[in-house]
Amino acid sequence: MKTKHISELIKKEFLLEFRQKTALNGILLYVISTVFVCYLSFKNIVNPVTWNALFWVILLFGAINTSSKSFLQETKGRALYNFTLYKPQAMILAKIIYNTLLLCVVNLITLLFYCWFIGSLVQDFSLFILNIVLSSMALSGVLTLTAGIASKAGSGFTLMAILSFPVTLPLLLVALKVSKNAVDGLAMSASSTYLLVLVFINVIVGVLAFLLFPYLWRE
Amino acid sequence: MKKNWWKIVAGLLVLYTIVAGFLLPVPRLDILNETIRNVYYHVPIWFSMLTLMSVSAFYSLMYLFNQKAKSDVVSSEAAHAGIVLSVLGIVTGSVWARYTWGTWWTSDTKLNGVAITFLIYMAYFILRSSMPDEQKRARISAVYNIFAFVMMIVFVMILPRMSASLHPGNGGNPAFGKYDMDNTMRMVFYPACIGWILIGLWLMQIRVRTEVLKRKILFDEQI
Repeated sequence: MKTKHISELIKKEFLLEFRQKTALNGILLYVISTVFVCYLSFKNIVNPVTWNALFWVILLFGAINTSSKSFLQETKGRALYNFTLYKPQAMILAKIIYNTLLLCVVNLITLLFYCWFIGSLVQDFSLFILNIVLSSMALSGVLTLTAGIASKAGSGFTLMAILSFPVTLPLLLVALKVSKNAVDGLAMSASSTYLLVLVFINVIVGVLAFLLFPYLWRE
Repeated sequence: MKKNWWKIVAGLLVLYTIVAGFLLPVPRLDILNETIRNVYYHVPIWFSMLTLMSVSAFYSLMYLFNQKAKSDVVSSEAAHAGIVLSVLGIVTGSVWARYTWGTWWTSDTKLNGVAITFLIYMAYFILRSSMPDEQKRARISAVYNIFAFVMMIVFVMILPRMSASLHPGNGGNPAFGKYDMDNTMRMVFYPACIGWILIGLWLMQIRVRTEVLKRKILFDEQI
């Protein structure tokens, strides 16, 4: 496995995205509409707990929608072609890195619109954004692997959601905790352990995806 | 008889712990009072479930290496037996919580961990039933099983130590010191753990044998 292969594959994903454009625009419209629906139903939110929970629910569903597409574009012929060219480890790393970047963009845009419509209660923005980036990485790892499992099982979005919800919950709970600390503007020392746990989950998910994906890929 | 002695041991141990667990004296502690006896049933059932889930994950790993149908059957049936025990564990825990905490269910990291474990294995069963092809089902569900097991361990082992929990044995090291067990309690508790783990394995063995026979009779398949 070469790093050149990974960068080639990431470039391929970006090119596909750039040529089709429907995927990213579709997701953006999806999250923006969700935020708007929430805005119309809540008007404004004063309770930090509600604000935080609603934001993460929107983010989770957006993330699942974004990542569920990662293996749908692969037709059988193209998958076979890629299989002859690249090692499965390179494939999964490239997909995870690409999904991380995509999720970061989608999540930050969600945050922008969420703050714009519903208003921001965040006191520590740098911690909040750091938390979003770290959890985007972990979410992308978990969701890319489950998307691979669901696509190999030949089932659609429902299976993907069932498989990924319980597995994402540990990291989601940690992310919610850090996010709540950032909203309340607590000192960094209150969140540092949780951030470490988030990094730890990232490492575990990455290693597992790297080791398990070859077995998934082999037909 | 040479092969089955451990089943008799399992039965006798559990029978002994049920009788001794209700009759032997226990330390008088505030709030816990007589409910401390639940430690003889609730905790060993969890140990048994964790053992079965580990067996399930281990055989999933074995399947990825040897591709034998038997490994897949063991891994799936261990998870089934484990789910039965997890229901028992939830019920005993819930009844205990009603009399000590005053509520059937509360938001606590340990309890949430259990709920997530339950959801993970339900998802595993649904994933299995969604694929008709046997080899594909075995391979893909093995991948999910290993992944989900590690995430479950992360949740059950690490997160409760990070935040405050009402659950006995929390706050630092989840040892049994907090139960304030005395030697009489240990004499019941350790046999109970061994007994319940053996009962769980027995349950698994019966399920595996049924499945192997079913495949042999229905599909004429030797595994």
